[in-house]
Amino acid sequence: MQLIELRAIHKTYYLGEIAVPVLKGVSMSVAHGELLALMGVSGSGKSTLMNILGCLDRPTSGEYRLEGREVSHLSSDQRALLRNEKLGFVFQNFNLLPRTNALENVTMPLTYAADHLSEREARRRAAEMLTRVGLGDRLDHEPSQLSGGQQQRVAIARALINRPSLVFADEPTGNLDSRTSEDVLSMFQELNKEDGITIILVTHDANVARHARRIIQIHDGVIVDDVSPGTGAFAEARSEKAFSTSETGDSP
Amino acid sequence: MNAYRAVKTAMTSLRRNPMRAMLTTLGIIIGVGAVIAMMEIGTGSSSAIQKTIASMGANVLLVIPGTAASSGVTFGTGSRTTLTPEDCEAILRECPAVRNAAPVVWARTQVVYGNRNWVPPTMLGTTPAFLDIRDWANLAEGEPFTERDVLNVNKVCLLGQTLARELFQEESPIGKEIRIKNVLFRVVGVLSSKGANMMGSDQDDILLAPWTTIKYRVTGSTLTTANQSSSSGSSSSLNTLSNVYPGGQPELYPERSAVQAANNPMPVRFANINQILTAATSAEEIPSAIQQITEVLRERHRIRPGEPDDFTIRDMTEMTRTLTSTTNLMTNLLLCVAMISLVVGGVGIMNIMLVSVTERTREIGLRMAVGARGRDILRQFLIEAVALCLVGGGLGILLGHGGSYLVWVFLHWPVETSPLAIAAAVLVSAAVGIAFGFYPAWKASRLDPIEALRYE
Repeated sequence: MQLIELRAIHKTYYLGEIAVPVLKGVSMSVAHGELLALMGVSGSGKSTLMNILGCLDRPTSGEYRLEGREVSHLSSDQRALLRNEKLGFVFQNFNLLPRTNALENVTMPLTYAADHLSEREARRRAAEMLTRVGLGDRLDHEPSQLSGGQQQRVAIARALINRPSLVFADEPTGNLDSRTSEDVLSMFQELNKEDGITIILVTHDANVARHARRIIQIHDGVIVDDVSPGTGAFAEARSEKAFSTSETGDSP
Repeated sequence: MNAYRAVKTAMTSLRRNPMRAMLTTLGIIIGVGAVIAMMEIGTGSSSAIQKTIASMGANVLLVIPGTAASSGVTFGTGSRTTLTPEDCEAILRECPAVRNAAPVVWARTQVVYGNRNWVPPTMLGTTPAFLDIRDWANLAEGEPFTERDVLNVNKVCLLGQTLARELFQEESPIGKEIRIKNVLFRVVGVLSSKGANMMGSDQDDILLAPWTTIKYRVTGSTLTTANQSSSSGSSSSLNTLSNVYPGGQPELYPERSAVQAANNPMPVRFANINQILTAATSAEEIPSAIQQITEVLRERHRIRPGEPDDFTIRDMTEMTRTLTSTTNLMTNLLLCVAMISLVVGGVGIMNIMLVSVTERTREIGLRMAVGARGRDILRQFLIEAVALCLVGGGLGILLGHGGSYLVWVFLHWPVETSPLAIAAAVLVSAAVGIAFGFYPAWKASRLDPIEALRYE
């Protein structure tokens, strides 16, 4: 069973009388344990696709199966529950709660579902996650006391706290310099390789996309390219080469 | 999401921005503080007003003997002599709704000092309790006569302002002796001024003396001779009387033996009084006071069930009605002021909560993205609003209480702590929190997570 199966997903926004089709029939599938990059220029529909994949939004038409379950018609409360249990999000601007320490930022998603977890258990698990992303010594630091890379790693720990089967990273390095970007991306690779977490990177940057093992190109609401060059090492080599020859990072 | 976590989340959010929380609370603090201060000062003023009206005699009940009738001819109320000083004592002892009771005997005769004379329309023999019932205990000069003066049949008296002015002009009457029917009375005090009553008669044209003295030395000595000059020849009988009562308790009958007392338990009635003046403990207690007095007197007068009373009880219906309507008016006025303050405070809360929702749009979006449902967000913001209101209510109670205390200390206004107002303020501030916090919370819960996350 595939983790994600999309069939003929359409999404149309209405600006008054005018219909604006954003997704025009997207079909794809994602297996467990993949490290995938959704690529496209701004306005290509990649964010809309991510919102639908992340159960933040519903498609206008089409089928979306998440772990075999049809989710495109779920109510907003049901989708909230699904997001809490199965999905994690990492955002471009981190979205940490201000004046709240790292530990509490990470435990925050647990308050909405994990009633079976005791307070102490929740804190223990959050500390474990923060240690996993290399911030074990900064549990009580507030976001203002952390660097951008550290903030993003807190956000990653928060995305992982509910042990999701799928993590979305929406331009995770958009606000970071190139060195910390590299750190954060290699952390995603590590989590994917060692813990088998499925990760979808949404980006317009070929440099970021080359860290993925499969790259899906979106243009004007349709998938124009879907390459999965076997191993990560190959992908890296290929992307580097592609990057040196062409700015778009398209496969030759 | 359980309740404990919901409260904890809300508290954490509030703690994150203490300045905003404080400003939000300020509206409620001032609102509730105003309510409490208004209620305390208002209740104090209200009960001061009630006390003033009560001092005009609103709580006074008058017990007067019934009518005498002979062969179908009735003589009007007060014509029978059925009331005794013991009735008065029994009323005071056995009626919990009666605050005080005083026997009253009347006289009307001439008062002489030096070359001046005057006939006060009211000359009453009574006990010191009379002053308490009429709220007249603050004398302009001197001191009231005492229970001991009553027991000893002492020749002392209190003068009203008008009488004192007529007899003494500018002189101080204290310690001077005046003659009432050739009996020398020492003036021990002058009553404060009360002015005319509602019927227009001068209440200050009055002389008060112990009822025993009036009974035995003034009216009792010779019968109904209002003109002093006509009885001036009986000065010898006066001297005799002074010998009969040389300052001790009057003993009209030989002391009864124990056997006599057992055989004939009927008390020897040796004095009748004209009326009994009683005061109910409060205006609300008047009906029960009337009922209790009726029971006591019927029993003491041995009236069988079904027989008519041999006495009448009068109350001051007109004044009581004024009292009740004043109280209602004050209560409603206070309620209006309280409501306005709380609504103002509530609107303040709503404003800041709306700003807070806008300011925290991204946070709301994030919470929704990680799995908060609309109702979780609604609950969080409602709890925040209610918590702010409750804290504000608590501080407001302290502020209002402190304010009214200061008013009491510096302005000497009457102030009364009102537990009801405090309880109401707490409930109302929680209600205000829910009512005015609901719209912003509902607005927050309806946000679209995608839009909210993108909000700058």
